[in-house]
Amino acid sequence: MRHGFGVIAAGILLVTAGVAAADDVGRVKVVKGGVAIERGGRTLPATVGMAVQEGDVIVTGRDGAAGVTFNDDSLLSVGPDSALAVDRFAFDTTTHAGRFDTSLRRGTLSTVSGKIAKQSPDAMKVRTPSTILGVRGTEFVVRAAPVAP
Amino acid sequence: MRRALVALALLAAGCARTVQVVTPPPAPPARDETIVLLPGPDGKVGALTVTHEGQQRTLDAPYAAARVQRQGTLEDGGRLTAEQVQQGFAAALGAQPPRPVRFVLYFLDNSDEFTPQSKLEITKIFAEIAGHPSPEIVVVGHTDRVGSLTYNDALSLRRAERVRASLVQMGIRLEQVSVAGRGEREPLVTTEDEIAEPRNRRVEITVR
Repeated sequence: MRHGFGVIAAGILLVTAGVAAADDVGRVKVVKGGVAIERGGRTLPATVGMAVQEGDVIVTGRDGAAGVTFNDDSLLSVGPDSALAVDRFAFDTTTHAGRFDTSLRRGTLSTVSGKIAKQSPDAMKVRTPSTILGVRGTEFVVRAAPVAP
Repeated sequence: MRRALVALALLAAGCARTVQVVTPPPAPPARDETIVLLPGPDGKVGALTVTHEGQQRTLDAPYAAARVQRQGTLEDGGRLTAEQVQQGFAAALGAQPPRPVRFVLYFLDNSDEFTPQSKLEITKIFAEIAGHPSPEIVVVGHTDRVGSLTYNDALSLRRAERVRASLVQMGIRLEQVSVAGRGEREPLVTTEDEIAEPRNRRVEITVR
């Protein structure tokens, strides 16, 4: 029994250690208030150290805020009542070629672009409900009010 | 003039009567979007292109803004102040992860051993790691331009792997460290091809 518990504890440690997997594209660094990651139809509570994957949607509640560092050193953070979808992330660590597409569905977003935007000026795009932002190596903030029903 | 106004009023009344039988068009979706370009910590600004239904604006000045409002047109948002941005985006800006910090390490000639100055840098790396939530260490090897591109890609990766091994020996967890080789693509000092340049034979470590 004691031995069995040890095995489970070791398993949990492995999960929480933030072991980088091939499809990890970034990592949650800041979590304030209610923050979740929607992944493949499931809603997972976000924690610091959690890996972010392509297709994830980062969702914050009324008191929530979250910050993610991506593998190309881009920093994206959202304020309360926000939803940010990671549509596409590809980054070659040797050539720095890649693509980075996100969508701010609602809320506020702060962005510091990283190596993908630095290597090729059209490789990073942020979509909002009304606009497409082409990132030419820069820092910016965006607010998209929720669309009224 | 007065007659013309009366005619207009009648016309409007007539129109209103016909409009009543037609269902009004749906209200356009509520839009209220603001985009603000910010200067970096060094004061430099990049550029951002904002595209909305065929209209485009380029923001390239600090605190320059663009807006899309209910009317659905892309408008010049003027220049905001740092205080306005801080007020409007406090939570998002407050949740920004720490900026990645970069260190450069050099080796003694023909050796795997770091220069004395680089050994000092390593203590700084440890201090930096302590300040990052869920820290990641990225080791990137670089070469000079002696040898082919492919050869240097492999050499730079080997260099990074050696440094990772050293960092792990010093107590950093293996799973915290990733490696990459940039070959001769990112020289510190620009040279012609096939020129030996010790300053380009380096390893950069980013803590993020």
